[in-house]
Amino acid sequence: MTTILDPTDERVPVERQITARTGDISGIVGLLDIHKPRGNILLDELELLLATRYPKVELRRYTKPTFAKPCPPDLRLQIRSECDYLVEALAD
Amino acid sequence: MSAAPSGFSLTDQNGQTRVFPTGRPSLICFLKEDCNTCNLVAPILEAFHQAWGEQADIWVLGQSKDGNQILQDRHGLTLPVLDDSALKTSFAWGFEIVPAVYWLDAEGQGGPCVEGFVRTEWQALASQISADLKASDCGVVWADLPDWRPGCGSKHLDREIHDRLLAEANNSPIRARRIEIASSDDLDEFMFDQGFSDGLPLVPPTPERVLRMLSGTQRGSQEIVAVVPPNMAPATVEKVAINAVMAGCRPEYLPVVIAALEAVCTDEFNMHGVTATTMGASPVLVINGPIRQRLGMNMKLGALGPDNRANATIGRALRLIIRNVGGAKPGGVDRSTLSTPMKFTMCFPEWEEGSPWEPLHVERGFAPSDSVVTAFAMTSGPVQIVDQESRQPDQIAGTLGLGLEGMFLSKIHRMPVDALLVVCPEHIKTLLSDGPYSKARLRDRIQEVTRRPLRDMVANEISGAGIPLASAAKMTEAQLDMLVPKFSSDQHIHIVVAGSEAGKFSAAFHGWVTGPAGSVSVSRKIEC
Repeated sequence: MTTILDPTDERVPVERQITARTGDISGIVGLLDIHKPRGNILLDELELLLATRYPKVELRRYTKPTFAKPCPPDLRLQIRSECDYLVEALAD
Repeated sequence: MSAAPSGFSLTDQNGQTRVFPTGRPSLICFLKEDCNTCNLVAPILEAFHQAWGEQADIWVLGQSKDGNQILQDRHGLTLPVLDDSALKTSFAWGFEIVPAVYWLDAEGQGGPCVEGFVRTEWQALASQISADLKASDCGVVWADLPDWRPGCGSKHLDREIHDRLLAEANNSPIRARRIEIASSDDLDEFMFDQGFSDGLPLVPPTPERVLRMLSGTQRGSQEIVAVVPPNMAPATVEKVAINAVMAGCRPEYLPVVIAALEAVCTDEFNMHGVTATTMGASPVLVINGPIRQRLGMNMKLGALGPDNRANATIGRALRLIIRNVGGAKPGGVDRSTLSTPMKFTMCFPEWEEGSPWEPLHVERGFAPSDSVVTAFAMTSGPVQIVDQESRQPDQIAGTLGLGLEGMFLSKIHRMPVDALLVVCPEHIKTLLSDGPYSKARLRDRIQEVTRRPLRDMVANEISGAGIPLASAAKMTEAQLDMLVPKFSSDQHIHIVVAGSEAGKFSAAFHGWVTGPAGSVSVSRKIEC
């Protein structure tokens, strides 16, 4: 843990802000299996639910080579360029 | 730093919380395992505990967790060994050397600290305890012990540790929001992500570094230096120090950064306009006075370029304050069409010793012994003015004039706009080759050689800029033939000296909108 001091006027919170929720899903949704055991089962179920509820949404599956390391930059770029949303599944 | 014992609550080797004062007389001794003298006194303390432990609390406060265990095992200690590895109690008690031993009454008050090992002092201490407790002797064979052994510096005085403790103390001058970054996060990337950077890597502003930076000024950390445009946010000395750390400044640069911020945050300088203009303006800082030498600033070879830490980081610190505290960011209030690399940093000292003239700050009313920062709002520069051939003073002065004629657009004259001319030493030599050549004469010469008829300023097929055709049509031939110089007043020509003694290359910075509607250069004395 490193502590630094805020160099700003402190009018903006430092926490990362989550993207605004639109209440709807459209476009392409990526499903990323991080390669943890049973992650594929979780994503299979999720894919089924999404396909049923949002038939117009295109679903794409991705898999990280290993859960122990950060996502390779190429895969991250591919997901970013292809998807509007991403669900990353932890499992076990 | 106070040296008074104060209350604490620490854990001993068995996980038991021990609170001081204890309500009984106490012998408190601070030790660290890797100190030979601490190892010398550890068995003595155990003997004290064996002799008087029923009547008094004989406690060791060890300065590292692992070291405490080693001390305990090595000397077979049965007395409580408390964990002060955080060193907060050591810091609060304020001694300098270990072993440091205190004999204190039931309320935690008592005599002075005994540091190191002087046999007679420890023997006197044992006698004092024995007498106070009305107890028998501790049984230590003092004659077997050396007369004297030096102690070791307490761990809490290690520079990094001490600065951290100082930053965390209740009377710490630090009030800024603390941002904790997980060890799994990349600190540099985090600072980029948070938008703290000008695009270059930053020095992390840890509390320890900021505290050291604050030592560069006598001003209180919470004093407000300026209200910073465009957000009109108050910048405390602490916020200035945080950004100065990030920029890479040393503590002794801080007074210059403070003075520079005061200068640009005036109504005259108009930092808001300088930030917002699509033209792309930036503060250019000129430093005068003794502080140039004290900070080791570069005023000679490469004075306007990279590599000197003070030149580079003072300007950068100012920029970081303007963007981080003031909120001036490209795409926000900063609307510069192309912007300028001067916005990263532009700060240099005048080479007063190489100048035949009064230095800039003296010309502006300060004493030669004052250290002063002068801020100019400039849109271009440094633009080189090259003349390797002229040998006559008026020729060189003429060249400098022609070099300035290109400011904004060469056809435009009678401009109410500042320029900052940096004359190189070789051009100075030529100027002086026939005797003194005053700044006033140089300004006159610049105005003289740039005089052009107004008709040259009229819009034409080459350039539509200048006097509109409709306006020109209303002018008489005599009016169109009137000669006008580049500058509406010679007061717009600011002159300093800098650069290496080899090379006939002067340079100019071109201003922005000068005057109340734009920006006026501002000087501030640097209070060290």
